[in-house]
Amino acid sequence: MPTRVLTAVAVSLLLGASGALSQEGSAPVISGEGSTADHSKFKILQKEFTSGPEVTEACVSCHTEADDQVMHSIHFTWEFEHPGTGQLLGKRNVINAFCGNVAGNEPRCTSCHAGYGWDDMSQTPQQEAVTPDCLVCHDRSGEYTKTATGAGMPPLDPVKPGTKTITGAEAWPVDLSKAAQSVGMPGRENCGQCHFYGGGGDNVKHGDLSSVLFNPSRDVDVHMSPEGGNMVCSDCHVSDQHSWAGSRYDVMAADTKGPGMPHERRDVATCQSCHGTAPHPATLKGVKLNDHTDKLACQTCHIPEFARGGVATKMEWDWSTAGKMGEDGKPLSVEDYTQGDGKHRHTYLATKGDFVWEENVAPIYEWFNGQVEYTLGDETIDPSKVVEVNRISGDPGDGGSRIWPFKRLDGRQAYDAGLNRLAYSHVWGPTTDSAFWTNFDWSKAIEAGMKAAGAEYSGEYGFVDTHMSWPITHMVAPAEEALDCAECHAADGRMAGIDGVYMPGRAPFSMAGVLGLALVAATALALGIHALGRIFTGKNGDAS
Amino acid sequence: MTERFVKIYPRFERFWHWTQMALIFVLMFTGLAVTGLNGLIPFGPAVMLHIIAALALIVLWVFAIFWHITTGTWVHYVPTTKGLFKVARFYAWGIFKGEKHPYRKAYWRKHNPLQALTYLALKLVLFPAIWVTGVIYLTYNFWDSSVPNATLWLTIVANLHLLAGFAIAAFVLAHVYLLTVGGSFRAHVRPMVTGFDKVDLTPEEESYLEQDEPVRIR
Repeated sequence: MPTRVLTAVAVSLLLGASGALSQEGSAPVISGEGSTADHSKFKILQKEFTSGPEVTEACVSCHTEADDQVMHSIHFTWEFEHPGTGQLLGKRNVINAFCGNVAGNEPRCTSCHAGYGWDDMSQTPQQEAVTPDCLVCHDRSGEYTKTATGAGMPPLDPVKPGTKTITGAEAWPVDLSKAAQSVGMPGRENCGQCHFYGGGGDNVKHGDLSSVLFNPSRDVDVHMSPEGGNMVCSDCHVSDQHSWAGSRYDVMAADTKGPGMPHERRDVATCQSCHGTAPHPATLKGVKLNDHTDKLACQTCHIPEFARGGVATKMEWDWSTAGKMGEDGKPLSVEDYTQGDGKHRHTYLATKGDFVWEENVAPIYEWFNGQVEYTLGDETIDPSKVVEVNRISGDPGDGGSRIWPFKRLDGRQAYDAGLNRLAYSHVWGPTTDSAFWTNFDWSKAIEAGMKAAGAEYSGEYGFVDTHMSWPITHMVAPAEEALDCAECHAADGRMAGIDGVYMPGRAPFSMAGVLGLALVAATALALGIHALGRIFTGKNGDAS
Repeated sequence: MTERFVKIYPRFERFWHWTQMALIFVLMFTGLAVTGLNGLIPFGPAVMLHIIAALALIVLWVFAIFWHITTGTWVHYVPTTKGLFKVARFYAWGIFKGEKHPYRKAYWRKHNPLQALTYLALKLVLFPAIWVTGVIYLTYNFWDSSVPNATLWLTIVANLHLLAGFAIAAFVLAHVYLLTVGGSFRAHVRPMVTGFDKVDLTPEEESYLEQDEPVRIR
């Protein structure tokens, strides 16, 4: 445990130091040793850049198709038409149980957009002529970052004091020239600066994606740990023309193909695409474990808990309590949770309401065929019940479903009480008179949010309990720390609520168990009576 | 008629009996753990041990079946109603009055009629039931994709396996209890250790054994 804490502390120090280091003008770190191109030698990059888009312009003068590829990827469009349900998803369209919606809150949310200056969700980034951001993914020096509220723009000299980056760190003036000369294939730092901070902070949203993964210990993530595989995100999330494998909307829940033929390309992010479909050794135990692959996702046993390594995740979020002022008349904030790495986390914020944080969380389990259906803004809900913000599909009998681990956020969020629909809210807007985080007035915030999203609004709002499910697939533990059999094969084990499987050990007092015990008990009783008869009569036959 | 010690349980039969006893004990111990009724061994090791012991027992049975057929020993288990009622009456009634056991062991017929019938039922019904359901259970992943409602069938098979296991446990209880009936426990167990049991012999049988099979008689 102390080593884990130390590692976490070291990681946070390193992270904090990355900005400071870059300001000292140290030599750029070139990743991808053995590459045929040293970008620091390119004349076009040896100049003073005054904006992000200028760098992109220089990039595409050689990488002529890169911008077009990026502009067709979900990282840029924030839109995804689900092939199974036809629903139009993506950040641009969905409502979640965390910060709610992008529409109306653009410059804050689009700070993590892979482009520069997308500030209106009613327009596509193409319509707004947004330029893709190459550096956020490809800068390998740690020099580059984006400001937290700048619609994707980097902090440039002079940086206004108090400006924060997308990871919540103090912003520094980015040296674009240095960043441009240091490009390489994306590392954990590149993907992580956005994906580890979803939902407004470190590990808030996913539970299995936190800043711990910048440099995890082996027990937190056996693949990504420098003591383990030292892998980066794109080792599994393989890409083709700037489009990545691995979708949370349309998950490949069961991969029965495995790695494929030698040299065959498989654009999937599944465990099986590397480990095969019978990954356990050819021992009796291994064969028995392989027998589980027709029912279980690998993740179910190999990620026994999420939010490991010292960074907690948000498990409950109640927006309805937001807006309380402290005794000083200022917005109330309470930091009542201390996570494993020693950092304090807010348990109440006037801007956001009440939270519950947890670490080392055992997931819940569901049959999952990979299809996720959202309760979109135009869908009628039943406010008397818990609303599933995203519905997990799956059935034990369909052959394509597996039992998967999930994080489930218990939420309470605004809805249109007249039309019974989830509500969009305008929360971020330091200069507007309607943003909730500035004015603490729900009726104005929801009205503005609905308007920004182009949604009809009855004028009445309320709060509804919601669930949001997040498939757990990162933070794979070393094999020796996989879930023990008895965690599930036991009465009240982890699979207690799962049907469609026969699991020995789960129901000791099943019909057959009770009948069998009764048979043994009846036999014992009969023999006992016989023995008493012999003792009472003092006779024992004479069968010698 | 004279009573002599005659070897009626040859070496293989004793090896078979005691190995089977040990394996059945392991199977009951681990089986109870797998079904959730025994916390003395963790689930995972219990499953492994259960499978290994079961496979070993099946191999032993293959040898035992071969031995019964080739040595003709199977005739000991041919059921008969002759004397069956008398034996049953003895256990239910006569024993409490100090009666003598109605069956006299012969060296060519080592079980009393009730015993023979019980063992025959065990060998033809319970043992096949447990290993057939066990093998179907164990090989689930080979047939689940070609059988509709495989999970339901697996549930049925697993429950039958469990019931058969409890029935064998009930047999074991009765079997051990009867070792205490009509004579001492030690005296009942000894023949299965030494191979020699006290048997009534006719003068002809006695002289035959003494002359032709002297190692079988003491």
